[in-house]
Amino acid sequence: MKEEKAMALTEADVLAGIKEIVEEIAGIPAASIELGKNFTDDLEVDSLSMVEVVVECENRFGVKIPDEKVTELATVGDAVNFIVEAAK
Amino acid sequence: MSQRRVVVTGLGATTPLGGDVESTWKAILAGQSGVRLLTEDWRELLPVHFAARVATEPADQMERVEMRRLDRSEQFALIASREAWKDAGSPDEMDKERLGVVIASGIGGVITLLDQFDVLKEKGARSVSPHTVPMLMPNGPAANVGLELQANAGVHTPVSACASGAEAIGYALEMIRNNRADIVVSGGVEAAIHQLPMAGFAAMKALSTRNEDPTKASRPYDADRDGFVLGEGGGVLILEEYEHAKARGAKIYCELSGQGLSSDGYHIAAPDPDGSGVQRAIKFALADAGLTAKDIFHLNAHATSTPAGDVAEANALRKALGADADHVSVSATKSMTGHLLGGAGAIESVFIVKALQDRLAPPTINIENLDPAVTVDVVRDKPRALPAGDIAALNDSFGFGGHNVVLVFNTVS
Repeated sequence: MKEEKAMALTEADVLAGIKEIVEEIAGIPAASIELGKNFTDDLEVDSLSMVEVVVECENRFGVKIPDEKVTELATVGDAVNFIVEAAK
Repeated sequence: MSQRRVVVTGLGATTPLGGDVESTWKAILAGQSGVRLLTEDWRELLPVHFAARVATEPADQMERVEMRRLDRSEQFALIASREAWKDAGSPDEMDKERLGVVIASGIGGVITLLDQFDVLKEKGARSVSPHTVPMLMPNGPAANVGLELQANAGVHTPVSACASGAEAIGYALEMIRNNRADIVVSGGVEAAIHQLPMAGFAAMKALSTRNEDPTKASRPYDADRDGFVLGEGGGVLILEEYEHAKARGAKIYCELSGQGLSSDGYHIAAPDPDGSGVQRAIKFALADAGLTAKDIFHLNAHATSTPAGDVAEANALRKALGADADHVSVSATKSMTGHLLGGAGAIESVFIVKALQDRLAPPTINIENLDPAVTVDVVRDKPRALPAGDIAALNDSFGFGGHNVVLVFNTVS
């Protein structure tokens, strides 16, 4: 279990990390992953893959993303903002 | 209305001898063994250090992102189905409500199940993959193929241990006969080379322990056989209603003309030495096909290289066919591929289709001293020519639980 939180994550750090994770899990080219893109409608990440993306983000950034929050993270930007705040 | 006839119009396979049908069949005719020492450290925990892994890893045949959502058995099913569908001329324009899929597996996604149990123990429940259940379910291989081809006539998975692949092909035959479908993608796969299933089979004393000479370990009908060799992979046949195939100008390999099913009611794992269940299945199959023992010229035997099973099957064939067994060229291709469990009946059906096409019965390798109790004519070491004219062939498959499945294929003139 990871107790420590990453220090001072920037928006750029998190976006770069999410790009890597989404490309690895869902096969979506990192270049097409932008802050304004919707995970479901634009990037076509299916519900099962989204679960994997969330768990991988938790592991990578040392944050907790509660299940009830996940549904609010519609876009890449939503996820980046949540993770940056949660890591503070 | 006369019964709807069913023909084979496409083949696909990934086996310990090749990543497709052509390379596999070439290796089979050359009498090559697909059995190798395992490279994993865990082999040292087991009394058996070898198996027959596929010759071409799925990573060389499909995209990484697709692979990670699929159990290895599902990967094999998609690889073999894609080849078979293409071989059948990719009839994508057909009415998908008339397209079915019947693909079996004996054990299902056992490697996923065991790997994810390790993840659960080491990292906790939140780290268990959300793909776990679709990957471990035994109907996963059929479901993924059905999804890809958009098959809407029904997707099914009969499970009967090592008879599963043959039972799937028989089920597909009935789907077409019963007018539920015009084309059915049928076959079987298995991906169970992992320390737990291997330890389980070894505990039953079912596996050969010839660690010093793995390529000689699978030796059906040899006097010194000591068990089967676990293999992996799968085979797929495109079955199609005869008039449908003719109407679209499809290449027709041969006809699948019948199946015979029976159960032993004898023992959960041991074959009935009397072979009466197998004899019944052979007789039912011939009757279903409208053929007699005189028409049969080739058998791809179940013959796994276990001491009890090979002789029981050979005796049953002799009793069921009588003197006509003399003109049956018997091949035990598990001597080369190992035993693919739920995939066995499927790849062996592929081999029968190729044997009828090429008029060549494949060899049985590794017989140094033929067991004198074997009273059938075994094709040894080199392929043997099959006669010209209209001929038929049988595929035997039996499974733990006492399941017997016999399929009949015949040439179409």
